[in-house]
Amino acid sequence: MNKISTIINREYLTRVSKKSFIIMTILAPILMAALIVVPTILMSSQEMDYKKIAVIEENTDLFRGSLKNTKTLEFVYLDDVNVNDLKKTFEEAGYYGILYISSELVNTPNAIQLISKKQPPIADLQYMENSLEKEIEKQKLMAYNIENLDEIMKNVESNVSIQTQKIDDSGQIKDTSTGIAMALAYIGGFLMYMLVFMFGSQVMRGVIEEKTSRVVEVIVSSVKPVQLMMGKIIGIALVGLTQFLIWILLTVAIVGVVKSTVFKDRKITEIAQTVPQNLMDEDQPATAQQQIEQANPQLSEFSRMFESAMNQPWGLIIFSFIFYFITGYLLYASVFAAIGSAVDNETETQQFMLPVTIPIILALMVAMGTMQNPESSLSFWCSIIPLTSPIVMIARIPFGVPAWQIILSMALMVVTFIAFVWMAAKIYRTGILMYGKKTSWKEMWKWLRYSG
Amino acid sequence: MALFEARNVTKQFGSLYALNNVSISVPEQSIFGLLGPNGAGKTTLIRIINQITGPDSGELFLNGRKLMPEDVMSIGYLPEERGLYKKMKVGEQALYFAQLKGLSKAEAMRRLKYWFRKLDMIDWWGKKVEELSKGMQQKVQFVTTILHEPKLLILDEPFSGFDPVNTNVIKNEILFLREKGATVILSTHNMGSVEELCDNIALINKAKTILEGRVDDIRMQWAGDEYEIVFDGDVTINGNGDINVLDRQFENNRSTIRFKAGHERNTNQILTEAVRCGNVISFNPALPSMNDIFIRVVETRN
Repeated sequence: MNKISTIINREYLTRVSKKSFIIMTILAPILMAALIVVPTILMSSQEMDYKKIAVIEENTDLFRGSLKNTKTLEFVYLDDVNVNDLKKTFEEAGYYGILYISSELVNTPNAIQLISKKQPPIADLQYMENSLEKEIEKQKLMAYNIENLDEIMKNVESNVSIQTQKIDDSGQIKDTSTGIAMALAYIGGFLMYMLVFMFGSQVMRGVIEEKTSRVVEVIVSSVKPVQLMMGKIIGIALVGLTQFLIWILLTVAIVGVVKSTVFKDRKITEIAQTVPQNLMDEDQPATAQQQIEQANPQLSEFSRMFESAMNQPWGLIIFSFIFYFITGYLLYASVFAAIGSAVDNETETQQFMLPVTIPIILALMVAMGTMQNPESSLSFWCSIIPLTSPIVMIARIPFGVPAWQIILSMALMVVTFIAFVWMAAKIYRTGILMYGKKTSWKEMWKWLRYSG
Repeated sequence: MALFEARNVTKQFGSLYALNNVSISVPEQSIFGLLGPNGAGKTTLIRIINQITGPDSGELFLNGRKLMPEDVMSIGYLPEERGLYKKMKVGEQALYFAQLKGLSKAEAMRRLKYWFRKLDMIDWWGKKVEELSKGMQQKVQFVTTILHEPKLLILDEPFSGFDPVNTNVIKNEILFLREKGATVILSTHNMGSVEELCDNIALINKAKTILEGRVDDIRMQWAGDEYEIVFDGDVTINGNGDINVLDRQFENNRSTIRFKAGHERNTNQILTEAVRCGNVISFNPALPSMNDIFIRVVETRN
């Protein structure tokens, strides 16, 4: 036991003190933060990007006023201007583009053109399309001579956003958000994939390094091969956990700092801080909700998201993430260790890598599909079968999974990982001392059955 | 008394015998040469002694009782293929290996300082292994092998890669360790060092022991009736018909002559005859080198 800890210690310290580790650990969250922050900065700076659009209607003025100015778009209605003339001069006149509406519009919907030098943003186009569509609808309805049409239109107008609620076994209803569940499924599944793959292949490279440098022979004269293998696997797992912990902390810190400096409007964060306290106060959730809703409809949307996020089964998610990380990593890392032991250099690993990567990649793909349809039978089976379950089950859990499925999956996982570690140790023990021979699957099968 | 003994050890890989009923006995505080051509099974035997692999059958004894897993602590092993972590610093690495052999960090540190000073390596402490030359790396590895003061030291080709000066340093250290009570199993193809260092040998060929015993006895056994005589000046020996000159060299005004004498002649008769021919400086029965014995034994067996 003492020796395993010596090995873990070395594996951990040599990796953590490497320059590449320190650089990666510091740079990655900065990149991550940049990924989150830069688009928001860009979006907010886009608001400054003000466009003036000339609207020319051929022979009609049906749409006059129906295109309302927004923060970024200003519509200028021009009469008696020839389109072809304006085409040459619109830029100098300060227009972004020309919206040309031909007189055939009501009959042929393709009769509208936006003429501009640049490709217009999709959001602007959609806004114009929506506005014009509504206007055309209105015009068409008006043709039926309905009384009080304006009032009816106002009544009919609505903005739909479906609220989802999840009901659990005890009948309690909770607001949920498919968006949040999807995000959690995505992050959880992808993180699991990254962890298993990145650190699993680090184990393999470590084993190959020891084998090619022949250190292994010295070490196995002091400790059992299994101890060396497990020491390496555990040491690298700790490196991985350390790195992810630092990443999460740094990312949160950086995003927090940038948000508070870039966005002077701090209301959102203030509200976000008060929401959880109010929610925990079971008696008055409604009043807190109402207060927020009154304060600002956008913030109420935010708080609903927040509540939904709080309603996720965090305990279960965190527990199962740790469970599946440990078992899944052990399973794959031991397979990677066995492969590393069987080859003489890294290029030879390819023939063995393929069968191992296929289930991992498959699991990731199924996990991504799970976000669309968590109840599909493919997702179900892949979340039960141990080779894919760590990634797929993690992606399914935010959507709610029956307890028996989780228990079955976990039980199978434990049995399988023990079996894999045991088999890998047997292959490893023989493999690390074999040189010069190209190893085949058949050969590895033989090693499995060697004694002592 | 034998410090280490292997009895009827057999190890098979598939249908191939790596060791077939091999027995060796290593007396305490001696240097034991484990010899044999490439692929004879030496490395397998060494791995079995180190308990890296187990034998299919046969028994191993250390200090008169069965070899136990804990005994790896009292064995030091220098493998033929040297292995150190290339990116790790020399000092850290030496400490790591020492701790794996069960030394406490403080104790390992104390002993390492002693050995690094003794072998003039103290400047290497903070360097990475990859910055050292091959010979320097070997020296580091040698120190890590002997640091935990093992009772049984297994050295596989300990001199390869060393210049003559360092070879001598290591030789002296091996003899010094034996003086202090260590028993050494030396596996090497360098027969010169076998003659110089080994008390006993076992020669393994094709998974079997084909020759074993004290080095002196073996050489006497194979000596036959050959002698070597050195004369002052340019002299030729011209005895009766039963003196058969094999080799004659004249260097630095000295003649060195190897010859074979008839069976019935004793050394006194030969010497009397030689004195008549010239001024004798030395006269010795010509013991065959271990190299010759090795080649002859292995070739006749094949």
